[in-house]
Amino acid sequence: MKYYAVILAGGVGKRMGNVGKPKQYLQLGSKPIIAHTVEKFAIHPGFERVLVLTPAEWVENTKDMLRKSVGESDHVVVTAGGEQRNDTVMAAIDWIEQNDGIDEETVIVTHDAVRPFISERIIEDNIAAMKDYDACDTVVPSADTIVVSNDGDEITTIPDRKTMFRGQTPQSFKALKLRELYNSLSQKDKEWLPDACSIFTMRDIPVKLVAGEEENIKVTYPADLRMAQALIAE
Amino acid sequence: MLSTIYRLAAPRRFEKVLVDEPLPGDKILVRPTYLSICMADQRYFLGTRDPKVLEKKLPMALVHEGTGVIQYDPHGELTPGTPVLMVPNNPTEEDPVRAENYLRSSTFAGSSEDGFLQELVRLSPHRIVPIEHGEVSGETAAFTELVSVSMHAISRFLETAHTDRRRIGIWGDGNLGYIVSLLLTRLLPDSEIVVFGRSREKLENFTFAAATYLTDDIPAGFQLDHGFECAGGNGSADAIAQFISLVRPEGTLMLMGVSEYSQPVETRMVLEKGLRLVGSSRSGRQDFENVLALYRDHPEAVRYLSRLVNGVYDIHNVDDITNCFEMDSHPHFGKSILKMSNRD
Repeated sequence: MKYYAVILAGGVGKRMGNVGKPKQYLQLGSKPIIAHTVEKFAIHPGFERVLVLTPAEWVENTKDMLRKSVGESDHVVVTAGGEQRNDTVMAAIDWIEQNDGIDEETVIVTHDAVRPFISERIIEDNIAAMKDYDACDTVVPSADTIVVSNDGDEITTIPDRKTMFRGQTPQSFKALKLRELYNSLSQKDKEWLPDACSIFTMRDIPVKLVAGEEENIKVTYPADLRMAQALIAE
Repeated sequence: MLSTIYRLAAPRRFEKVLVDEPLPGDKILVRPTYLSICMADQRYFLGTRDPKVLEKKLPMALVHEGTGVIQYDPHGELTPGTPVLMVPNNPTEEDPVRAENYLRSSTFAGSSEDGFLQELVRLSPHRIVPIEHGEVSGETAAFTELVSVSMHAISRFLETAHTDRRRIGIWGDGNLGYIVSLLLTRLLPDSEIVVFGRSREKLENFTFAAATYLTDDIPAGFQLDHGFECAGGNGSADAIAQFISLVRPEGTLMLMGVSEYSQPVETRMVLEKGLRLVGSSRSGRQDFENVLALYRDHPEAVRYLSRLVNGVYDIHNVDDITNCFEMDSHPHFGKSILKMSNRD
């Protein structure tokens, strides 16, 4: 079984209206957020390579940044992602197929570039889960009550909190299985798709839950960056 | 790189902190697998150290006994996944005469630098000793540091003590006494190893010793040639006094037990008998290597040592660490092992 880390940093700048830098390039402590994230995967011995997928116009800058942190090697590859998140994941699978070859046992561990607090434990648990499953998803129990509203005006239902989890990343997949299922979707389904794991659940293929951590936050808004700064000691 | 450290912030309170450190230039990253709690860790956890010391040293990650696996070696020499022992002593200079663990410039994990309770420990190659597969289980290997401390003291003893070593006494019926006396029976098979303690129940564990005695029930006229003080605390003074009274002239006593307070010594008899009292503390890389050689030559010693594994605690979070230290704080024989989750 071969594992590839796939760091998703593609498309964000455009989607955000291109106001300044994409969030993954903002400085957190000593270096850009994306460098912290990539380092954690680069030092992990379980991966064939670490693929970093960025907006096309950020590929060269990202290479420069990572050269300063993880050094120059073909273990960490920076390449352009797609328009949408799932296009980026497909671009990663295509890259592996074209450069290293791919088979049924090839696994991609996909992770948001803007989650720099990923722990070794979560990475290990993703790798372990993929020995028995076609997909796994990293989640934390929901501390808040989740309220469902179909019209955004009144409550439709309040599910039992014990059955509610918040999705984080990594999400890991058997690469060829993911591509096969994704390509079989109609364009409408592809647009509706809330999450890559739902490609599997739509077909009743079990997706294993991996325990995430509260610290594994996603840096999306300016307030998140302040919180991320506060999490770092010294 | 951002990584997690579990620091003791105040007595009985651990906290999980994230630190931002550069990728190690020449350092190797080791992922801890099995860690072992020492009395020194407990003194920080329970807050029984001098308040000034606590104020100066905390917050700090505890634990200086443990194994790990290689996560990342920038030199490419050690394969990822290789099981290793972590050496807590960190020398910053070389001295042609003095051992690395006595240099005042050295730092030490869990004392003058963060200990091994971390997601990833960065160590210089000097502080990493690979373990061969199957030599010793992870739980038992976890406290190899304590065995290396015993090995170090015995090495110093062999360099110092006169050669009439017919009978050697060990004071202390705890973990350190068990290890020192066990090692002596392997390294000095012609010597009679006798153990002195205060608990009959604990002394019954010392099946390999030639004899065990309660300290208040020693046969009249009993004599010995050398001794190891492994009592520590308030028991040190009594152990030293008893050694001085029982030892034949020019014997050597290795002092190994740690005491927070000064201990009185009857210097008159030390002078009259011409005794040597030799301090011994901590260990260096060579001692770890000597222990692994002993494990290879004496596999039965590994089995004796495995008896010291008193409890193995799965560690997933800060609460698990606190619970393990709380359980360990109750009096018991043996070692408490932290099995770092998902780290096999």
